[in-house]
Amino acid sequence: MSDALVIFDKVQKKFGKFVAVKELSFEIYEGEFLAIMGPSGCGKTTTLRMLAGLEAPSFGEIHLKGKVMNDVPPHERDTPLVWQSLALFPFLSTRENVEFGLKMRGVGKAERKERALKWLDKVGILDFADREISTLSGGQKQRVALARSLVMEPQILLLDEPLSALDAHLVIRMQAVLTNLQRELGITFVYVTHSQSEAFAMADRVVIMDEGEIAQIGKPKDIYREPANQFVAEFVGRNNILSGTVASFERSTALISTSSGSFTVPTNSVQLTKGQNTSFVISADLVHISLEKPASINAVYCKLISEEFVGSMVTLFLEGAEGSRI
Amino acid sequence: MMKSNHTLNVMLTVYVILIFMFIFAPIIFSMIFSFNSQRFPTIPLGHFSTEWYQKILADPDVWDAARNSLIVSSCTAAVATFLGFCTAYSDYRYNFRFKGPYLALILLPPTIPLIIMALAMLAWFSKIGMSGQIYSIIIAHSVLTAPFAMAVIRLRLSQMDPDLEAAAWNLGGSEWATMRHVIIPFCKPAIFSGLFLTAAVSFDEFAVSWFVSGLNKTLPVMILEIVQGNIDPQVNAIGTFVFFISMTLVVLAQIFFASRQMKSF
Repeated sequence: MSDALVIFDKVQKKFGKFVAVKELSFEIYEGEFLAIMGPSGCGKTTTLRMLAGLEAPSFGEIHLKGKVMNDVPPHERDTPLVWQSLALFPFLSTRENVEFGLKMRGVGKAERKERALKWLDKVGILDFADREISTLSGGQKQRVALARSLVMEPQILLLDEPLSALDAHLVIRMQAVLTNLQRELGITFVYVTHSQSEAFAMADRVVIMDEGEIAQIGKPKDIYREPANQFVAEFVGRNNILSGTVASFERSTALISTSSGSFTVPTNSVQLTKGQNTSFVISADLVHISLEKPASINAVYCKLISEEFVGSMVTLFLEGAEGSRI
Repeated sequence: MMKSNHTLNVMLTVYVILIFMFIFAPIIFSMIFSFNSQRFPTIPLGHFSTEWYQKILADPDVWDAARNSLIVSSCTAAVATFLGFCTAYSDYRYNFRFKGPYLALILLPPTIPLIIMALAMLAWFSKIGMSGQIYSIIIAHSVLTAPFAMAVIRLRLSQMDPDLEAAAWNLGGSEWATMRHVIIPFCKPAIFSGLFLTAAVSFDEFAVSWFVSGLNKTLPVMILEIVQGNIDPQVNAIGTFVFFISMTLVVLAQIFFASRQMKSF
């Protein structure tokens, strides 16, 4: 997990005057499941396409296995991509689709067939090997696309929002298929998505992008517990984001006064100065609600406005002093 | 309500039948007279006869013209479809300045009055010493029919997932391999459709052929020359033959056109 397989070194991409990606630098380690996540238009797909060689970076270098890849054409890279649109060849059968990459690499007919069938079996659609692509369901097509890339036995597999066209229950199932495959094969997966749940459910590390820049890189849990800024906090779906000014601070805690009251917050080695504007998040699972005023610190008095019920969770909308909403 | 719908349906059916009669009556009459024993196309008809067919089959001039027509239309089909494919692909793949005028220019030939096109072709060919040859007709017909092939192939390319080509590169296909294994197979129905369509147009075409053919007459040119001389029911026989060849080509083009629409998703 420690060797960097891919290095993005100050990579920039411009389309005319529009800057899609600004000065991106990060590493992808061997064997990890990395998710690149962000709202649409944040440059995540462009980043992936640059890695596959389908877009050339305007500035900076991309290294793959220690080699600068900037001028290597896409067909000479070994970076198969699973497309959002799937991009299966409609005039070929399922098996021929999976064989395509091997054919391009000059693998013999018998071996092609054998390897294609092996991978169709691995993704669980061996029975459909001789079917026309147009007769398959969405989930089956998804598996063909996966097998078509994996049959190349690459060191790195790129996935561009592969599950976005599937029904919710299929997404969960395909997530399990993907994570199992990734663990079993030990291949590096780079997974681009706008879905927080997909990224957090599968990835070892998550890169969150915003307007062509990295907002935060880290383990899903760390990002969830300690979002680097308000954008990340909002993007990963955190509620209870409070803004205020630093009233005073000690070694590891700070007293922050907000419009809803004053809170004592652990600083987590963030450098703060007195009077600075800042914001913080209170994890929903750590909030206690009671009718009596508790003795502990960080308590606010609120009025319940409404509630929203989602499966196993209830979101409460509360109104604090001075009408601020939480 | 139901009743007015019914009357409307009947009226529409009659209307369609009338249109088809209007279009096909002359051809049907020509066919009928081609089997008529009498020399002049008059009613009442004489008896059934294959005399005129025997006559044209025995005429070496007709065979020459048929051979010319066949060569011209098959070569034209190949050249025009190739050109059509290239322009359609360049339109699909690349964005460049003046692309609008580029496409307009390519689509221009069928909009030029044939007689003007034919005269211009003749003037140009004789200036560069290429007139009166069989390849002059092929060149002229290719110019004329390439836009049809392009239109059909362009339509097909527009149905292609824009990621398909990149997906082939991504899987290790060079640009040429991708062209061979992805673009051409995807366009295959349209390419066949284009081949048959351009062959049909070329096989029928008269004006340009007449001007540039010199001594290498094609069938339509020959028909006119017979008609100019005298009234001869051979024309009906040749006409029937030409009609069936063209219809076969057009129907084949349609079959490929339809099959690809069923297969695309």
